[in-house]
Amino acid sequence: MAEEKVSRRDFLLYAMGGWAAVGLGGVLYAMYKTWEPLPEVKAAGIVRFDLSQVKPGELKVVQWRGKPVFVLRRTPDMGKCENRSIANEYTVVVGICTHLGCIPNWETDKKIFKCPCHGGEFDACGVNIFGPPPRPLEIPPFKLEGTTIVLGETGPEYEKMMKG
Amino acid sequence: MEKKGGLMEWLDKRLAIETLWKVMMAEYYLPKNINFLWSFGVLTMLVFVILVVSGIILLMYYKPDAKMAFDSVNKTIMMDVAFGWVFRHVHAVGASVMFLVLFIHIGRGIYYGSYKAPREVVWITGFILFVLMSATAFTGYLLPWGQMSYWAAQTITTLFAKIPFIGPDLVIWIRGNYIVEDATLTRFFALHVTFLPALILVFTAIHLYAVRIVGSNNEDGIPMTKEEKKKNGIPFWPVFMAKEYFVMSVFLLFFFYLVFFNYKFAMDPINFQPANYLQTPPHIYPEWYFLAFYEVLRGFFFSETLGLIGFVLSMFLPLFLPWLDTSPYPYVSGKHRPLFKIMWWIFVADFIALTILGKLPPTGLFAWLGFVASIVYFLFFASLPIISYIEKKKVASGGGQ
Repeated sequence: MAEEKVSRRDFLLYAMGGWAAVGLGGVLYAMYKTWEPLPEVKAAGIVRFDLSQVKPGELKVVQWRGKPVFVLRRTPDMGKCENRSIANEYTVVVGICTHLGCIPNWETDKKIFKCPCHGGEFDACGVNIFGPPPRPLEIPPFKLEGTTIVLGETGPEYEKMMKG
Repeated sequence: MEKKGGLMEWLDKRLAIETLWKVMMAEYYLPKNINFLWSFGVLTMLVFVILVVSGIILLMYYKPDAKMAFDSVNKTIMMDVAFGWVFRHVHAVGASVMFLVLFIHIGRGIYYGSYKAPREVVWITGFILFVLMSATAFTGYLLPWGQMSYWAAQTITTLFAKIPFIGPDLVIWIRGNYIVEDATLTRFFALHVTFLPALILVFTAIHLYAVRIVGSNNEDGIPMTKEEKKKNGIPFWPVFMAKEYFVMSVFLLFFFYLVFFNYKFAMDPINFQPANYLQTPPHIYPEWYFLAFYEVLRGFFFSETLGLIGFVLSMFLPLFLPWLDTSPYPYVSGKHRPLFKIMWWIFVADFIALTILGKLPPTGLFAWLGFVASIVYFLFFASLPIISYIEKKKVASGGGQ
């Protein structure tokens, strides 16, 4: 290699090729970025909700990223919900059946979520107890700020929950 | 083209159109031992032209906006625009029929061994065209913004979430939102009407060019030189095309019968409800031409990951046919390969079975049938190296062709 001299012509070729590659890379990066969600979409992806406005035994539905999120303030007879309880007495789950994506209904008298599509059932913790659903209802990434829950950001409580 | 003087000669001096015409049409020879299945290549181009023309008309009234799309199709085009309904049905039926013609064209290529050397490039470009056509159909299906459009797009884009590491972010990037939304609709529209058709044109050109270099295969899969074809064969123009016009006429009768009397098969009733992201239809299924692949996805009902791997493989394995089938038989046609023939017809029956199962609910017996049918789908590809091995031995012992 030491003996081989890069000729002027080769140098110009490499320089031009290299510069063109940088330009192409820049264009591709810009094109990639155009497909990202718009700022307004990203901003709307973070939803704040005050948990204290839910009465004991009551279910509220919050819309988050186009999905319904169930916020249930449990009464003591609904169980402890090992590692799925938020602020001790709340169940916060994405209200989409883990079977085929239908939206389950909360049945107050039986205290279960029942899916109208294929009859899957989840208890008050959102854990699948009957039928085809393969997994418990998903817990959305959240952060707690006092009694307010921030959906779409991950706080220490969420990370702890995901680990254990 | 024979006429001398005037405009043609003027053009010929500047563009050499006479040579071009000879290479592409008048002096491109086909063997005589081909059957009517060889007419389906030109049919795909006919359907493509129908889709482009009807598509351009639809483009003049369609609105690629989540708030306006549904009404622009179901009210403006279907009710207000004079003959708008004709163009919509032609476009929808055309997309469906395109896959029917493609499946026959591809099936003919597999059965008669047209993917084998020296036609690998014809096969690869053909495969790319199939993938591009699938992408065009998929992006186009979202545009009416009905419930089935929406949930098909939602389901299929969700599949990308399973890709390790980048999956969940990739899904959001593809959609431009956390769910399928306005951004998704508009970018699918852009791909559907510009980028994908442009790529289809480019690969069609390479596909046609390649087939003119290596020449058409034939029923018996006999290798023939250009000179042999010139001596014993027929020219593409005018002899082959004269027959093709007849096939086209019969095909168009069938096509317009579907458009005017049986268009409903391409129109799902659920798609006449506007897209609603908070309400999933109880039963989501793709159009009939994707059902077989979709059934492979569902077939491994006990594992989502396996299903997804099977789904991707089922679509991309055909690309590798030339290298899975290394049989040394000089006659490449399945007609003269008994083992291949058996596996081929099992494969065809299985593909039809998968298509039927894809529309049925995936429960009980159907789930197991789907699983078995998915496995059988892969048996064809797995058997090719084995068949090649057996045939190699036969040739070595002086048998075979």
